[in-house]
Amino acid sequence: MKVLGLDSSGLVASVAVVEDDNLLAEYTINYKKTHSQTLLPMLDDVVKRIDLDMNSLDAIAVAGGPGSFTGLRIGSATAKGLGLALGKELIHVPTVDGLAYNLVGSKAIVCPLMDARRNQVYTGVYRFAGTQMECIVRQCAVDIAEIIEEINKLEEEVVFLGDGVAVYKEQIERLCKVPYYFAPAHMNKQRGASIAALGLVYLKEGKTETAAMHRPEYLRLTQAERERNERLKHEQNTQNE
Amino acid sequence: MSEEVKILAIESSCDETAASVVSNGRTVLSNVISSQIALHTLYGGVVPEIASRKHIERINQVIEEALKQANTKLEEIDAIAVTYGPGLVGALLVGVAEAKALAYGAGKPLVGVHHIEGHICANYIENPELEPPFMCLVISGGHTHLVNVVAYGKYEILGRTRDDAAGEAFDKVARAIGLGYPGGPKIEAKAKEGDAFAIPFPRAKVADGPYDFSFSGLKSAVLNYINGCQMKGEVYSEADIAASFQQAVSDVLVEHAMRAVEEHGVNKFAIAGGVASNQTLRRALEEACKERGIAFYHPSPIFCTDNAAMIGVAGYYEYMAGVRSDWELNAIPNLKLGER
Repeated sequence: MKVLGLDSSGLVASVAVVEDDNLLAEYTINYKKTHSQTLLPMLDDVVKRIDLDMNSLDAIAVAGGPGSFTGLRIGSATAKGLGLALGKELIHVPTVDGLAYNLVGSKAIVCPLMDARRNQVYTGVYRFAGTQMECIVRQCAVDIAEIIEEINKLEEEVVFLGDGVAVYKEQIERLCKVPYYFAPAHMNKQRGASIAALGLVYLKEGKTETAAMHRPEYLRLTQAERERNERLKHEQNTQNE
Repeated sequence: MSEEVKILAIESSCDETAASVVSNGRTVLSNVISSQIALHTLYGGVVPEIASRKHIERINQVIEEALKQANTKLEEIDAIAVTYGPGLVGALLVGVAEAKALAYGAGKPLVGVHHIEGHICANYIENPELEPPFMCLVISGGHTHLVNVVAYGKYEILGRTRDDAAGEAFDKVARAIGLGYPGGPKIEAKAKEGDAFAIPFPRAKVADGPYDFSFSGLKSAVLNYINGCQMKGEVYSEADIAASFQQAVSDVLVEHAMRAVEEHGVNKFAIAGGVASNQTLRRALEEACKERGIAFYHPSPIFCTDNAAMIGVAGYYEYMAGVRSDWELNAIPNLKLGER
């Protein structure tokens, strides 16, 4: 089975093709250039390098969020457009799950940290038994201190990864009471290969969706919605008083 | 023409997710629009992030519906056209990324289209005899352009707004007199009950740009008038304000448009854009054209609002002229007409 993996949820843009136990190609760029310009040319390059017949793909896996709202939509729209053109199903891989899967087989528990601004991270907690990934804390948007508190409760060694590490390093060092280390460069950011490989696992479990139904999972309301909800809540409270 | 050329077009520059199939640049086989107006009304205007989120949720269904209604398979499409600017960047990006992937996956050429060019080209749909050269006034919520359409795909911008777009002024004035969003249709309806000459609002001229527009002064004059009435404790007529405001906009548009027509010696004039469906403005421009013996063209309201059929028409002429976009095509929120 062959799966295309796309991730443009953060600063990294990454495209990969996995066929069964082989990574056929992976192209990852971690550079300040807009994903809207780079993602499709990267895919085109990958396709040409490995003479990929797009019709031979079994499904298209995409990092479905959380992440940069615009970045997520570029990845999603790309996957949706390909899915529509090729008549292929999509596999929605939660971004944080995909990041954790970079460290498949880890003895330490895995905690991806994506910078979500406002002192928050998109994060989750995972444990591996061989290649089996167990989710201890489902991906969520929380304060950095809150997730470290969860980690401390587990009383196990932890490995942190993701673009949130650099941002919250000082707080991790101050608050983390369990042994910890940071994942090295080749596995500490989003990778299309992880999306494709985990996507393949999901595909075998039948976890696919139509291209039409796919939409990113932002884990956050828009600012306008938040403000409106607060206003409505406030109005309701003042009415009740 | 011996062979039929079909364009699949996608438009997502603001708050409408739209797709269309257009045959030979003139025949609209389908025109599907998923509007978000009701949703944005909750916020008193278009919220860019919400618009982008809705686009990605709806875009495949809209494209599939457009193909279905046109009884056309993706394989039968000759090229895919997409709006890549101007507009809200996040909204544009959904359409651009989708169109690129769709074109790539289906092995079809991609043509990036300018949104305003689309509005202008909307006039070709119902007016088979209309061909360049002609003068076109594009008036919408985001744009006010006076354009000399020299040839297919060749535009000379004579004037544009220096501040608010005409539609924006309608929205702001509507808000000021408590009519709500969207302002255009609400002002037009209210104006029917009022006296268009009750209040002498200014007709702004731009000193160094004879064809340029400025609507912020007019908007301020309306706000000042309301404030003045409130301070003096006088009751004001919302209908008179709406009617007088609309008349001021209309006068300026007519004056500029007719001067452009006369000075450039063209005998055809067209209007385009969302505000072009305002019947009062349209009648004033039509009347002015009639007096001068100039042919007047306008699209039906469904082709005035943001739609993909117009992008398909513009895309067809660009495609026939050999224009192709590459896989790096990006959304350009402030894209200038006539530039690539």
